[in-house]
Amino acid sequence: MLYAILRRFGQMLFVMFGISVIVFLIFFATPGADPAARIAGRNASPEVLAAVRHSFGFDQPLYVQYTRMMEKIFVTGDLTSFVNRGWKVVPAVMDSIPVTLSLVFGAAVLWVVVSIIIGIVAAATRDSWLDKLLMALGLLGISMPVYWLGEVMNLITQSRHHDKWVFSWVPPLGYKNFSDDPKGWFLTLVIPWITLAILYIGIYGRVLRAAIIESMQEDYIRTARAKGLSETRILFRHALRTSLIAFVTLFGLDFGALVGGSALLTEVVFGLHGIGKLTYDALQNLDLPMIMATVMYASMFVVVANAVVDFVYILLDPRLRTS
Amino acid sequence: MILSVRDLKVSFRTHDGPVRAIDGVSFDLEESEILGVVGESGSGKTVSLLAVMGLITDPNATIEGSIRYKGRELVGLPPRELRRLRGNEIAMIFQDPMTALTPVYTIGWQIAEQIRVHRGVSKAKAMERVEELLAEVNFPNPHEAMSRYPHQLSGGMRQRAVIAMALSCDPALLVADEPTTALDVTVQAGILDLVRRLRAKHRSAVVLITHDMGVVSELADRVMVMYAGRVVERGTRTELFSDPRHPYTSALLGSIPPLTGQKPRRLPAIPGSPPSLLRLPQGCAFGPRCPVRYGPCEAGKPGLGKDAHAAACFRVAQA
Repeated sequence: MLYAILRRFGQMLFVMFGISVIVFLIFFATPGADPAARIAGRNASPEVLAAVRHSFGFDQPLYVQYTRMMEKIFVTGDLTSFVNRGWKVVPAVMDSIPVTLSLVFGAAVLWVVVSIIIGIVAAATRDSWLDKLLMALGLLGISMPVYWLGEVMNLITQSRHHDKWVFSWVPPLGYKNFSDDPKGWFLTLVIPWITLAILYIGIYGRVLRAAIIESMQEDYIRTARAKGLSETRILFRHALRTSLIAFVTLFGLDFGALVGGSALLTEVVFGLHGIGKLTYDALQNLDLPMIMATVMYASMFVVVANAVVDFVYILLDPRLRTS
Repeated sequence: MILSVRDLKVSFRTHDGPVRAIDGVSFDLEESEILGVVGESGSGKTVSLLAVMGLITDPNATIEGSIRYKGRELVGLPPRELRRLRGNEIAMIFQDPMTALTPVYTIGWQIAEQIRVHRGVSKAKAMERVEELLAEVNFPNPHEAMSRYPHQLSGGMRQRAVIAMALSCDPALLVADEPTTALDVTVQAGILDLVRRLRAKHRSAVVLITHDMGVVSELADRVMVMYAGRVVERGTRTELFSDPRHPYTSALLGSIPPLTGQKPRRLPAIPGSPPSLLRLPQGCAFGPRCPVRYGPCEAGKPGLGKDAHAAACFRVAQA
């Protein structure tokens, strides 16, 4: 077990190293990305440019620059943005993490619970009007882009119907720290949670329904019927457990990606300054230190999420446990 | 009388029209009797016993006729009532032990589940019983085996676990659907021996579905031969093996390699293949493959008659 964890950790370091090198190289290969030119300003004379290059160390070989940047991210933590010299990137990432985690965790709880219910109900009432209705709604959820749905949500809850009692509780856009104002934190996030969850409820509900229906064709379900078990017990004890494996895979990948910054659109629509927004802005500004810091954070999260998925697999499926 | 099936008909609606998988099957089963049901794939042997178990869940299937278990009509019985019998008084062993157990639970748990559902005993009590059962089906180390997952056991061991599960509530009727087909020959012998011993101990009646005449000759008291959804011959084992009356039965027996004497160059085979149930031939379904067919065979379907040893063949009626 300890060995497995250590090996995972080693893999994580290796992956992060690879990603950081690639990001670094791509950055310097990008046309117009020369940081010295951006820092020195427009119309800078070659002498000024050379001076900037020298004082920032851009005239050093790439591997030296790379090592310095890594050292400043992971050891000293004082790497500053190229765009704003006073802005330290590591604290900026740290400040954004709670925002993104709050958004993604809440939405994940919502989508997992609702999609499991939908998947089970649809599979149990297969081919009935209820199943067809749920699957149609799921498809609708998948088809609505977040940036559109989020704006519509805002339109309804923030302006059109804000004066009606149903939506009068919705606070203005923004994020409130959980430690300062738990109620405010919850209320500001409700609409973003629902918006983000709707897409995933659609996907996960459909995936789980298909997996359950597939399990129900297995021989061991016939055995379970021959044992005289009730259909409910067969569904929950024998079909659902094996069906959750596909569900968990999907969840690990999506959750890792979202925490890593893919919740960008939701963050932008609802004015949440999370990791996605931070990464997006850094890319817009070609701000290598910030890009590097957010990418390192994201890749770490994706690798950790994958490790957690593997662990849950082993819990769900004894065939994967090696003696 | 444990089981009495009368004029059982099972048909399925398909895209190509209705298919009558079982066409008027009747048979009886006494206490602790072993009935062998023989036939090629698609002859309806499994479907007829799934109907007895109430395990035909296909919404496109219709079941007609009468299935009486200890005098109680099972056709049309509410699912709740049927569940109370299944696994409890009527148990089933399936063909492929590799896929018949849920992969994510230990075999101890799976057997105990059945006991708890039907007997309502505590988990600890059920587990004690599981250990006894596993010992009874010759698990070398029953206590340890309880905590094994199906994938950790060999095919033969899994089949033993499935048998232990089937026996867990002392069923009066055991349906074994090709219990040895998926196993090695050496393991087969052990399983057959087990079925024989258990029959003696639990006095369960057994319906043994198989396409292996060897298995039938070892175990069965009476035999029923099926072809294209109908019973073509029935009788005691001795009657059937020493005096087969239906040409299909004779042909099946003829295709068993002899254990002693000179081996034939080639085993005789039955020409052709079983008919599609969608397009049954006129008259006797076996007609096109039959070596002794004559005029009446194409005109009508031969009936089985009332005798204990009976064959559905015009030649027999003629003789």
